Amino acid sequence: MRYHKPESFEDASAIAVAAKGVTRFLAGGTDVLVQLRSDLVTPDDLIDIKQIPGVREITPLRDGGWRIGAAVSAAEMKAHDGLRAAWPGVVEAADLIGSMQISSRCTLVGNLCNGSPAADSVPAMIAAGATVTVIGPGGSREIAVEDVPAGPGKTSLKKGEVVSAVTLPPRGAGGGDAYLRFIPRTEMDIAVVGCGVSLTREGERITAARVALGAVAPTCLLVPAAGAALTGSALDDAALEALAKAAEAACSPIDDKRGTVAFRTRVAGVLARRAAKIAYDRAGG
Amino acid sequence: MIHVNTTVNGDPAEFLCEPRETLLDALRDRLDLTGAKEGCGTGDCGACTVTLDGRPVCSCLVLAAEADGREVGTVEGIARGEALHPLQRKFIEHAALQCGICTPGILVAAKALLEKTPDPSETEVRYWLAGNLCRCTGYDKIIRAVMDAAAEMRENA
Repeated sequence: MRYHKPESFEDASAIAVAAKGVTRFLAGGTDVLVQLRSDLVTPDDLIDIKQIPGVREITPLRDGGWRIGAAVSAAEMKAHDGLRAAWPGVVEAADLIGSMQISSRCTLVGNLCNGSPAADSVPAMIAAGATVTVIGPGGSREIAVEDVPAGPGKTSLKKGEVVSAVTLPPRGAGGGDAYLRFIPRTEMDIAVVGCGVSLTREGERITAARVALGAVAPTCLLVPAAGAALTGSALDDAALEALAKAAEAACSPIDDKRGTVAFRTRVAGVLARRAAKIAYDRAGG
Repeated sequence: MIHVNTTVNGDPAEFLCEPRETLLDALRDRLDLTGAKEGCGTGDCGACTVTLDGRPVCSCLVLAAEADGREVGTVEGIARGEALHPLQRKFIEHAALQCGICTPGILVAAKALLEKTPDPSETEVRYWLAGNLCRCTGYDKIIRAVMDAAAEMRENA
């Protein structure tokens, strides 16, 4: 295994393009190093991106959005008052990943690129309307978070492409988000179902909403019908019922020891209702 | 081999390591700091907890090469000479250990908590230490020792 420490994402991409064997990018290492040590994936080239300038920074953007470097840890996000105030759902979702030792290292980009359908931060980012900057041999492009996952352990990224940062849009007035997951214990577990909701209110009425689900399909999903069920409503019972139905209808989960198809589907609706209420209250606060 | 220059418990340290060698293995086998223990080796048990630039991490999930230019803190750096840290004294007083494999990791993790949260609730301590598994004592004595150490440290602050 060759260990690389490039000084730019262009150099990181060039190393990956030239690599003949298995390549992995290293940020927090909480998936890559587990796979390495379990002999599941032994990279021929391991490209550590942490020396690249700006990669550990959380930057408020001029339009009110936020740029989160690819190596910013969940713990660093939680410690950032401005980011937590703007996007509490995204920060809480990242904070749910693993123990606090894992939080010290794990990153949004790693959680996304690991490709787990049960990744906690991914539904929260999708609901938020987050994008990622992808740098590759063809230059740089900005794509929606929901366009990255392509199946369990798979992404749509091409050989030589690397994600440099996540961008969260401006939260703006009357906005709120939330992420909830179901696990059979209180801590240190993988989502059986996860749900992120982000919405905007004008007075009592919801003017825009995005809902995303995790662990109920081969990838984390944006559920446009669930967002549409909320839009225009004042989060009344009928809207919540329509939301739950839309969330359930989007589910095509696996059946395993951690949750049956029926259970996961039912819980998706329940979590969507609860997350929507939290997001709604935050948007009004 | 990769040449690593780092700081361990405040002192400069350097070593050569293999690319896939973990920080845990380098600490134990190259720097003779055997306080951090290998339990699971995959980031689940917390026995190998050390601090990296002040934040607790599982050293089994950090490459030794990643420690270059950074600050590592291990359980060996907790006592001041012969004087035990309040956490260490309280662990003995409350018999908060049996086999002791999990203890170094718990001490490093608990110390990091008390530095930023001097007056934690029991619930905060339990969540903070959720990534540190103990297979013999059970957690009650551990939690009591941490709470008692926190109280003593607040009195003496």
